[in-house]
Amino acid sequence: MSWLDTILQGILLGGLYALFAAGLALVFGIMRLVNLAHGDLIVLAAFLILLLVSALGLNPFIAAAVALPVMFALGWALQFLVLNRTLGNDILPPLLVTFGLSVVIQNGLLEGFSADSRRISAGALETASLQIGPISIGTMPLLTFLSAVGVIVALNLVFYRTSLGRAFRATSDDSATAGLMGIRAERIFATATGLAMMVVTIAALYLGTRANFDPTMGPARLIYAFEAVIIGGLGSFWGTLAGGIIIGVAQTVGAAINPEWQILAGHIAFLLVLLVRPRGLFPRAVD
Amino acid sequence: MALLETHGLTAFYGDFQALFGVDIALDESETVAVIGANGAGKSTLLRSISGLIRNVPGQIRFDGREIGALAAPDVLQLGIAMVPEGRRLFPSLSVEENLLIGKYGRVGNGAWSLDSIYDLFPVLKERRHQPGTALSGGQQQMVAIGRGLMSNPRVLLCDEVSLGLAPVVVRDIYAAFPKIRATGASIVIIEQDIGQALKVADRVYCMMEGRVTLSGTPATLSREDIHAAYFGAHAR
Repeated sequence: MSWLDTILQGILLGGLYALFAAGLALVFGIMRLVNLAHGDLIVLAAFLILLLVSALGLNPFIAAAVALPVMFALGWALQFLVLNRTLGNDILPPLLVTFGLSVVIQNGLLEGFSADSRRISAGALETASLQIGPISIGTMPLLTFLSAVGVIVALNLVFYRTSLGRAFRATSDDSATAGLMGIRAERIFATATGLAMMVVTIAALYLGTRANFDPTMGPARLIYAFEAVIIGGLGSFWGTLAGGIIIGVAQTVGAAINPEWQILAGHIAFLLVLLVRPRGLFPRAVD
Repeated sequence: MALLETHGLTAFYGDFQALFGVDIALDESETVAVIGANGAGKSTLLRSISGLIRNVPGQIRFDGREIGALAAPDVLQLGIAMVPEGRRLFPSLSVEENLLIGKYGRVGNGAWSLDSIYDLFPVLKERRHQPGTALSGGQQQMVAIGRGLMSNPRVLLCDEVSLGLAPVVVRDIYAAFPKIRATGASIVIIEQDIGQALKVADRVYCMMEGRVTLSGTPATLSREDIHAAYFGAHAR
C-alpha cells in the first residue's frame, strides 16, 4: 500500500508543477516567448502573498485573491512596456531580457526580504487530511491538484470558447493578418502575460504554504515548469498537467527508494520522455 | 468629395520605392477595380490603405480624415476591411471562428452577420466546424471574404480574390459581389483577370510600375488602351 500512497502523493505534487508550467505554456504558446524569469515571478508572487498575510493579517487564500489583480497588472505592464520590445525574428533578446529580469527580481527580493527562508502559514489546513481506506491524502496537496485542474479547465475555456481566446490563437498564427481584424497584438500579448501572472499567483499560494521558500529558489521552479511543458508537448494545457504528474511521480518514487534521488529522478523521467517522444506527449498538430 | 482617396501616394519597402504618386478615388457605394501586371504596385496600394504599410498621413483620406499613417486596427475601426492576398485564414481557427474574428475590432451596423454570410456562401455553413485550412481554395476565399464583411465595413478591399482558383470557382465567388454591393458597401478589387474586373467594376484604374497609367469606366476603355496601359507597349 505504501507504493500506492507514494504514487498518489506524486500525482498531487504534479498538480503544483502543472501550476508552475501552465503560465509558461500560455506565454510561449501565444508569442513564442520563453520567460526565463517565470520561476522568479512565482517567488515574487509568494512574497507578495506573504506580505499581505503578515502585514494585514489576511487568510492566505484571501491574500492570494488580493494578489491576483496586482499580479495581472504587473504582468500586463511588464509585457506592454518591456517584453513587447524584445519580440521579433531574433529569439535572443527576449532570453537576455528575461534572464536579466530574473537577476533583478532575485536581488530585489534579497534586498527587501533578506535571504531567510519563509513560509506562508495556512493554519490548521496545513496538517488536515482525508482518510480514504488505508491512504491518507493531505488537504493542501489535494487542493493544489484540484486548483491545477481548475486552472487548466479555465485556460482551455478562455482559449477555445471566447473572443479573447480566438484573438490569442489568431495572433499566434499570423499577427499581421490579425491586425487587419482589429486585433492589437501588443495588447493581446500583454493580456496573455497578465493571465499567466494570475496562474503564477495561484502557483505561488501553494508553493508558499507547502514548504519554505527564499528569494533564490526561482530558477529551480523554472526548470520543473520547463520540463512539464516539454513533456506535455508545447502548446497543450492538459499536456502540462500530464508533464507535471510525470515529474511529480518520478520525484516521490525516487525519494521513496532513496531520499537523495528525489530531484534526480524527476530529471531522468524528463530525459526518458524526450528520448521516446521528442515532441512531447501531446504536441499540437500545427507547427 | 470621394469617400476614399489617395493623393500622390508614395510607398516604400526599405529603400525600394513601390508607388510613385498614385491618385485614386472611391465614391460611396462604388466598385472600383485596379488592374495591372505583377509588380505594378496594386497590392502595395491596398496594403497602404489598410495600414499594413505606414504612409504620409495626408496621402490617404477616408471620409475627410487623414489615415495614411494609421495602423491596421485603427483603419479597420474606421470601417475599411481587407481581404488579403492569399486568403490568410488562421489555421488554428475553425471556419466559423475565422468568420467571427472578422468582427473583433469593429461590429459596425449593417447586414452582415454569421447568418447572412452563411446565406451568401451556403457551403461554409456545412463546414463551419472544420479548420479553415481544410477547405478548398475557393471555399477558403469565401471565408476570407466573409471574414472581411463581418465588421460591416464601409469599404471592402479585395486583393486578388481569383488568384490560383479555377475559372468556374472564380465565377462563383464573383457572383457574390452584386449582393455585397447591394448592402451599400464600397469595394476596391485588385485583379489580374481583366475580363472579370471589367464585368463587376463601375470604374477601372490600370497600374504599371507604381503609377496609374489609365483610368475610366469599362464602357469607355478600349481593349487597346488597356493593353497599352497594362503592358506599356502600344498595341498596333
